[in-house]
Amino acid sequence: MSDTLTKELKLTREDFTSDQEVRWCPGCGDYSILAQMKKVLPELGIPKENFVFVSGIGCSSRFPYYVDTYGIHGIHGRAPVIASGIKIANPDLKVFVITGDGDGLSIGGNHFIHLCRRNIDITVVMFNNRIYGLTKGQYSPTSERGKITKSSPYGTVENPFNPVEMALASGATFVAKTIDREPKHLAEMLRRAAEHKGTSFVEVYQNCPIFNDGAYSPVTDPKRKRENVVIMEHGKPYVFGQNNDKALNWSGNDFEIIDIEPEKPPKDLIVHDEHAGRPALEFMLVSMTFNPDLPTPIGVFRDIKEDTYEDLLIRQIDFVKEQKGEGDLEQLLNSGKTWVVE
Amino acid sequence: MSKKELQELKRVTIRFAGDSGDGMQLTGGQFSDSTALAGYDLITLPDYPAEIRAPAGTLFGVSGFQIQFSSEPVHTPGDTPDVLVAMNPAALKVNLKHMKDNAILIINTDAFTKRNLELAKYESNPLEDGSLKGYQVFPVNITTLTREALKDSPLSVKDKDRCKNFFALGMTYWMFSREMDTTIEWIEEKFKNKPELAEANKKALNAGYSYALATEIFTTHFKVPRAKKKPGKYRNITGNEAIALGLITAAKKANKELFLGSYPITPASEILHELSKYRHYDVKTFQAEDEIGGIGSALGASYTGALGVTTTSGPGIALKSEFMGLAVMVELPLVIVDIQRGGPSTGLPTKTEQADLLQVMYGRNGEAPIPVIAAYSPADCFRAAFEACEVALKFNMPVVLLSDGYIANGAEPWRIPAVENIPEIKVEYVTKSDDYKPYERDPETLARYIALPGTPGLEHHIGGLEKDESGNVSYVPENHDKMVRIRAEKVERVGNYVKEPELMGKDSGELLVISWGSTYGTIYNALEEIWQEYDNVSWYHLRWVNPLPKALGKIIKNFKKVLVPEINLGQLVKIIRAEYLVDAKSFNRVRGLPLQTGEVVEAIKTTLKG
Repeated sequence: MSDTLTKELKLTREDFTSDQEVRWCPGCGDYSILAQMKKVLPELGIPKENFVFVSGIGCSSRFPYYVDTYGIHGIHGRAPVIASGIKIANPDLKVFVITGDGDGLSIGGNHFIHLCRRNIDITVVMFNNRIYGLTKGQYSPTSERGKITKSSPYGTVENPFNPVEMALASGATFVAKTIDREPKHLAEMLRRAAEHKGTSFVEVYQNCPIFNDGAYSPVTDPKRKRENVVIMEHGKPYVFGQNNDKALNWSGNDFEIIDIEPEKPPKDLIVHDEHAGRPALEFMLVSMTFNPDLPTPIGVFRDIKEDTYEDLLIRQIDFVKEQKGEGDLEQLLNSGKTWVVE
Repeated sequence: MSKKELQELKRVTIRFAGDSGDGMQLTGGQFSDSTALAGYDLITLPDYPAEIRAPAGTLFGVSGFQIQFSSEPVHTPGDTPDVLVAMNPAALKVNLKHMKDNAILIINTDAFTKRNLELAKYESNPLEDGSLKGYQVFPVNITTLTREALKDSPLSVKDKDRCKNFFALGMTYWMFSREMDTTIEWIEEKFKNKPELAEANKKALNAGYSYALATEIFTTHFKVPRAKKKPGKYRNITGNEAIALGLITAAKKANKELFLGSYPITPASEILHELSKYRHYDVKTFQAEDEIGGIGSALGASYTGALGVTTTSGPGIALKSEFMGLAVMVELPLVIVDIQRGGPSTGLPTKTEQADLLQVMYGRNGEAPIPVIAAYSPADCFRAAFEACEVALKFNMPVVLLSDGYIANGAEPWRIPAVENIPEIKVEYVTKSDDYKPYERDPETLARYIALPGTPGLEHHIGGLEKDESGNVSYVPENHDKMVRIRAEKVERVGNYVKEPELMGKDSGELLVISWGSTYGTIYNALEEIWQEYDNVSWYHLRWVNPLPKALGKIIKNFKKVLVPEINLGQLVKIIRAEYLVDAKSFNRVRGLPLQTGEVVEAIKTTLKG
């Protein structure tokens, strides 16, 4: 949206602070996401009354209560369908879905993939703490295999989903990943997702200090994170490392790590292209997440333009109206074979 | 003609039966249309297998279409047909037991091959072994005659054989003195891009008609005097079509966009199909990924101020239950249409039943009452759908509309209402307030005041957690108790607004029959018969099952006995017994078919004696 509109609206973080007492556990990563969201919302140039936050059930799903906008706290896993109905019925609204790894990928997995496939203009933020928090500590569909929890005292025997992989495979047109402890990056991802037209998805690595503390320490610990995280930036090579002295190189069939001189990186390094829409490369990048020998990528995996569901629907309605004229009730009731009884 | 007798009949029931690929539904539909246009009252009963193309010749692959027409008002598709058109042995075998004594059987003898007789599990050929004694049998080699009529057609033999249903239709048109124009027009329109098919079907139709006229085979043809219906303009309509039109009409009258969130399911899918055609009527249809997505999207649409509707059958209601509870909690208007079918589980998808009543009444966690309205006939589905929307919008809550497979697919003439006579539905929203409370209520209806998203300054939250009046989450025990009672009271108050049914018969007496939904027609006929003999039986047919009519408690007290006939194992009767502490008896048949007049008459007589 234009700067002038933003200025006219003059919204601030305070405008989006609700009167509800926030009831997440002390130290929960959700606080950071809430803070960055409230920073981003006033910058979008959208009137406050046009925001709708929809959630399911779980710790993350309390989020709508804490932003002073329209909001529905729905039922477990079903936020995407409520949001779809809202957006299709009133495309003027800016609709967010706030979900978690259990809500979005387990009970609501079906709705999630279909939302991505339809490309309805909805922003989905998934707080991934790799655990069930609100039910007090069972493994989730993103918990790593072997995870010991209350419901898996001997370790889980199932493989986790990778949320980004699912969003990419399901056809979301904007897919990104970020971390609760990286406020600037988090804000930037939220802002870009919100500005994207079409289904946008942001996975946020979120620490649960009570039931899964330290799940992300390799990528959040200040001492280690620069070795373990590569921040993807459009048009730039995949440089990382404590002293920016490493880069990813494309060997022809996989990524490999090469040492570089921070001041003089080689010119032929592969650069990141968010808009390419090349699934092979996108999936190679996301597959690094679980590879202990490669860094975890964060940033935007995909940002492509495609017609949204609601735009296509409106175009279809206009087309039918053009062909058949505005529907007339009298005519509708009297259609087909009719006869008159005197 | 001299030998042929022109017989006057008051009412006739005819059944077309053949393989599911024989085009019997189409044949029956054409017969219904020309019957309606000829000025008769009628009701139809399509009866088809769940398999799309069951193996040819088998008993389970038989597809039937029954229609009763008369000069008098018709309330059912008829219990025992007078005429059967059987296209193969299986069709004869499946239907013979339902036929009236001395019924007319028009039988396609060409299909009575050894193989087909085996498939129909006949040990000997019924046409030859005397087992059809007591019926008027008209054997016609329909396949051969159709091929003969089409000998000049360029069509393949296979395609020619597919025209034989029109030959059969032609014969029945002669038998019942019908004009063929409507069907000829229909064929021309349907096959306008395939002139050779149009030509062949018309030829087959004419050949059937001429055959019946010219041969001496039929001794009788019938003339049924025209019906004296209420003046007005009419069309044939099925229950599902009527629901679609009722929903569109309600949305237009409420000045709203109609949003249908739905997932395909028999026998409700036609409503989705129908509504999907009407993009130019501001109808948005959303085929969701599952039943839950259907209702969830509809609720989301309602939240923005559209008229949200979801359509399904029993198994779908099971999946939607949690969302129905959310709709109760967030108090948004939502219409949930349940076209009941045989259950439990997948049950009998293409057959009818009334066994979802308790599910829609009580099938949710917590205290989650929802008003329930039941349509009683195909044409009545229009008014019932409109009324369901009216109540949902007036009270800001979900409403269940019950129909069933029988009236959903059955058709009858519908007197088309004048648009200007249909009331407007007034809906108001809060657009300005210094102190908006999402759960503040209209004192009369208890409907909460709604502010739509997009309204400046009224941002608020709703959700599945218990709230207090201000919209804040509340775990206060007294608040929960109060809110639970308000939600129940709101359903009760629907009773102040909707019209209560009239008691049919005397105000007091020996026996009160209470019924609901699609059994209306059968019970109407049964009572007509009973009233010729008894004057101490009255009848009350419910429209809203929840809330029950305020008058019902008093009415029940004026009768010694109560009988509740239903197509389930006694669901309304449980409610009646619990609500009024009355020893109500039930009469139940759960065959996947409508009740029959005769058995209801018997049940009433037995109850009177007992």
